Amino acid sequence: MTERVLIQVKDLGMVRGVRKLFSCIDFRVCAGQLLVLRGANGSGKTTFLRILAGLTRPLAGNVDLHASHHWVGHLNGQKPFETVESHLNHWTKVWGGDGIDRSIEVFEMRNFQSVRVGLLSAGQKRRLALARMLLVDRDIWLLDEPFAALDSEARQVLRNLIEERRRNGGCVVIAMHDIIDLQPTFELSL
Amino acid sequence: MKATPFKSAFNQAISEAWSAGGGLVLPLAFFIGVGMLVPFSVGVRPEILVEVSSGVLWIALVLVTFVTMERLYQADLEDGVLELWVQEKQPLAEYVLAKTLAHWLVAGLPIAILSPLLGLLLHMSFELLPLASLCYGVGSLAFFFWGGLGAALSASVRRGGLLIALIVLPLYVPTVLFGVLTIASYGTDQMVINLSFLVSTTIFTLALCPFMTSVALRMSAD
Repeated sequence: MTERVLIQVKDLGMVRGVRKLFSCIDFRVCAGQLLVLRGANGSGKTTFLRILAGLTRPLAGNVDLHASHHWVGHLNGQKPFETVESHLNHWTKVWGGDGIDRSIEVFEMRNFQSVRVGLLSAGQKRRLALARMLLVDRDIWLLDEPFAALDSEARQVLRNLIEERRRNGGCVVIAMHDIIDLQPTFELSL
Repeated sequence: MKATPFKSAFNQAISEAWSAGGGLVLPLAFFIGVGMLVPFSVGVRPEILVEVSSGVLWIALVLVTFVTMERLYQADLEDGVLELWVQEKQPLAEYVLAKTLAHWLVAGLPIAILSPLLGLLLHMSFELLPLASLCYGVGSLAFFFWGGLGAALSASVRRGGLLIALIVLPLYVPTVLFGVLTIASYGTDQMVINLSFLVSTTIFTLALCPFMTSVALRMSAD
């Protein structure tokens, strides 16, 4: 049985200023796989993920995403004046999904769903950014330090969601420092 | 263009425009402040004020645009919202259109409608006021779209207000030119021709700017 390739990277290279971040990177990520990017601060993990998400153009090589993706960068993508509910409503309308109730339930945001984003803690904002991914089903998840600021319960929720995403035929690429029991298919050190 | 993403982006931009800088209050106060300075600088003789009133209001409108537009896309870049829009499949121009129209409706159009009040203070002729209001309304729409392009180009630059001014000031010239000519030619055959040129420049801006701005935003997000 042939594996369904979701991400194909060929000969990828990038520089920042005059410093080479990485070069000649080739790999593919198939359905059900988890790729973890590791490396010291400034090694290029975020840049690598941004290239995968199509936010940054690489210096060399190319990236093919064979399915739609969710991106959660280290900026949460939220406006201080919107409430948790209105934020999820907004992106539901933009993306055309129907998963608001599930998003709120899974990340236990019922108690603060009417609170403005500007009043949330860093951990609550992170939960909201991750909950956005449950609004509409997409095969590829690209996550930059997703466990940062999360409490232990929310970390467990995210671990479960990542495993669920893999079981349902999706794939996940994560850049992180945390030592978390995720059992990646493979790790890439930059 | 799907209505729902546009509508949702528009509603969010309206909320943002109201929440950031007090919505209409600050730009309006700035507009009135600029207009009120004129009698102090050129004198209070009515014949002088009548001469300069139309031009002064155009300049005040230009300055209001700069004040309003400076952080239009910078905030989106800083909080990560721009990243979410840039990687979506739907055209970024849709988001640009929704956002610029929302900010114009909150800050630009009300000022254009209220501008006759300031015109009266500057001894502008009473029968000129409806035409002046129309010209400022049409012209301010073009100002906001060109201003949006400048804001997108300077989104990643701290304190980009001056840069926006440098980028868009030359682009404002046709609108100011035809706007002043339209008001000056009130009651003559030339007025309709000048007004149609003013409207045409705004339509041209509306057709072009969303696409140019979306390219600039992709560059800023990179």
